[in-house]
Amino acid sequence: MIEIDVSLARSTGFCLEAHFAAPDMGVTALFGRSGSGKTTIIQVVAGSVRPDRGRIQVGGEVFFDSEKGIDLPMERRGAGYVFQDARLFPHMSVDSNLRYGERRAKREITIRFDAVVDMLGIGHLLKRRPHTLSGGEKQRVAIGRALLSQPRLLLMDEPLASLDEMRKGEILPYLERLRDELQLPILYVSHSVEEVLRLSDAVAAVADGKVIASGALADVLSRPELLPVLGRFDLGTIFDCIITAHNEEFGLSTVSFPDGELRVPLVGRPVGAPARVRVRSRDVSLSLSRPIDVSVTNRLSGTIASITRAEGPFADVEVALAHGKLHSLVTQESVQRLALEPGMAVWAMIKAVTVDSRPAGFNSPGAEIRSPSPVSRPRQPSPAPPALRVIAGGTPPKAPS
Amino acid sequence: MLTPEEWTAVRLSLEVAFWATIWSLPPAILIGWVLARFDFPGKGIFDGIVHLPLVLPKVVVGYLLLITLGNRGYIGQYLHEWFGISLIFSTAGATVAAAVVSFPLTVNAIRLAIGGIDQGIETAARTLGATKLDAFFTVTLPLMMPGVLSGCLISLASALGEFGATITFVSNVEGQTRTIPLAIYSATHMPDGDAMALRLTVVSVILALGALVLAELADRRIKLALGQI
Repeated sequence: MIEIDVSLARSTGFCLEAHFAAPDMGVTALFGRSGSGKTTIIQVVAGSVRPDRGRIQVGGEVFFDSEKGIDLPMERRGAGYVFQDARLFPHMSVDSNLRYGERRAKREITIRFDAVVDMLGIGHLLKRRPHTLSGGEKQRVAIGRALLSQPRLLLMDEPLASLDEMRKGEILPYLERLRDELQLPILYVSHSVEEVLRLSDAVAAVADGKVIASGALADVLSRPELLPVLGRFDLGTIFDCIITAHNEEFGLSTVSFPDGELRVPLVGRPVGAPARVRVRSRDVSLSLSRPIDVSVTNRLSGTIASITRAEGPFADVEVALAHGKLHSLVTQESVQRLALEPGMAVWAMIKAVTVDSRPAGFNSPGAEIRSPSPVSRPRQPSPAPPALRVIAGGTPPKAPS
Repeated sequence: MLTPEEWTAVRLSLEVAFWATIWSLPPAILIGWVLARFDFPGKGIFDGIVHLPLVLPKVVVGYLLLITLGNRGYIGQYLHEWFGISLIFSTAGATVAAAVVSFPLTVNAIRLAIGGIDQGIETAARTLGATKLDAFFTVTLPLMMPGVLSGCLISLASALGEFGATITFVSNVEGQTRTIPLAIYSATHMPDGDAMALRLTVVSVILALGALVLAELADRRIKLALGQI
């Protein structure tokens, strides 16, 4: 468990108030707009910024405790940091850059050089100098360098932000491998919903220097209090599904989850594979009777759990399904016209579904709403010795279409 | 071409400038680093003291050296008594004078170079397990080499040209403290010294140009090694 409870006031007037916990494994996204304080949070964890008060504990180790006067120096925290701008040492070869942290590692070497080089596909770059690398290559080397310092956790500060779309697509599969193959907690700073959905299991939403919500991804991203972070358009519900059928003729795939089935645009992965599906609240409309004669094929029935006034003319309606829930953003006028209130049975019509081609990690906290089918677990917790934490060999997964 | 006396002056100049640069470099790097990277109470005063030799008349610097390091000076008397070290009238004293005068220039060049290095890269080294000192020697120091080089050049040039502090502190002794500027000064006081002054002037110009060319070459090599060009 990573436990963070810190506060910090800058002379510029910026205040940070972060209180949240992140799981021991998998990716926890620190998500929010630029300037919200996400980076400051991981700087505080790394030790490059000192909070005014509070406590930071990672695993069994206390990094910082203002009451007990503990402030572990940066070099002893074992926090591998991947910076937005790579920050490779320009006077060293790629090889020396990678070895820099490895040589200074204070923990037993369990993440092996060859395995990392292989996993990140940087073997052909070892003799090169950083200034001859492309942005994506630099970022991969930076990730390898951080991993080889044998960190107890990995901090990633928008590692894709400085890259164009092409390069992002080039790096993302490596990040997914990292998440799935290393038993290492990762705090991942991002302002992109797509990245968060694709990579993370848990999320801490940050706005104006405060962590306003944290927890499992599917729980957090649907909360109305996330409106200031996500904006009205991206608020939504996440379903971790299994692909159950493909229909090539119509270009559709069927994915199922405990509450039913959804038709989605054809997914380029086999039947049985997991798929994370996102339904934006604004794409869900409500009907009091079973909708017939409508073009919308994705319909789910449930009962209204709550109605919350949202930004502007809108209201957020939470619909309880048999197992999970679904959020719908409707106008307050509609709420009044249909006399919606908690307890009413409704049909939710879903106009659009986004599939984020994320092979769900075995440790995803969203597991409870996932089908118990064994194919949804691509990797069982492995009894392998620590020395095999990085699985060597193989080619990186193909970038998703 | 040059008389033995002139050769002596040239050799002495090079020797004094070389050692003054070498000895002042480590403290200049340290102080440049402290001034560029740390904030502490009294930093302004500290900065002022470091820069004093730059703004004071050189004769005043020489006189201050005399009353501190001279054989009856505050520190010099003990050096003389306990260790038998006497700086006045000696090449070592000329080297001290040259080093003190060029010190602020060297510090400034190095401080600017450190200021230009992204501190984030040092932070990166720290997160990889390097202590502050380790990060300084493995990352900051190599990256500031262009600045160190220009610091050396400035120090060398200023030491080669040092006159006021040297003549005040260690006087004008042939073979000991009579560097090129002092030799030219002496020559202009001799009835037939014009030729000598002119020859030494030519040597000065050649030394200066040579140093500039060498520095340029070294700068290219360093920047190539750092991946900056």
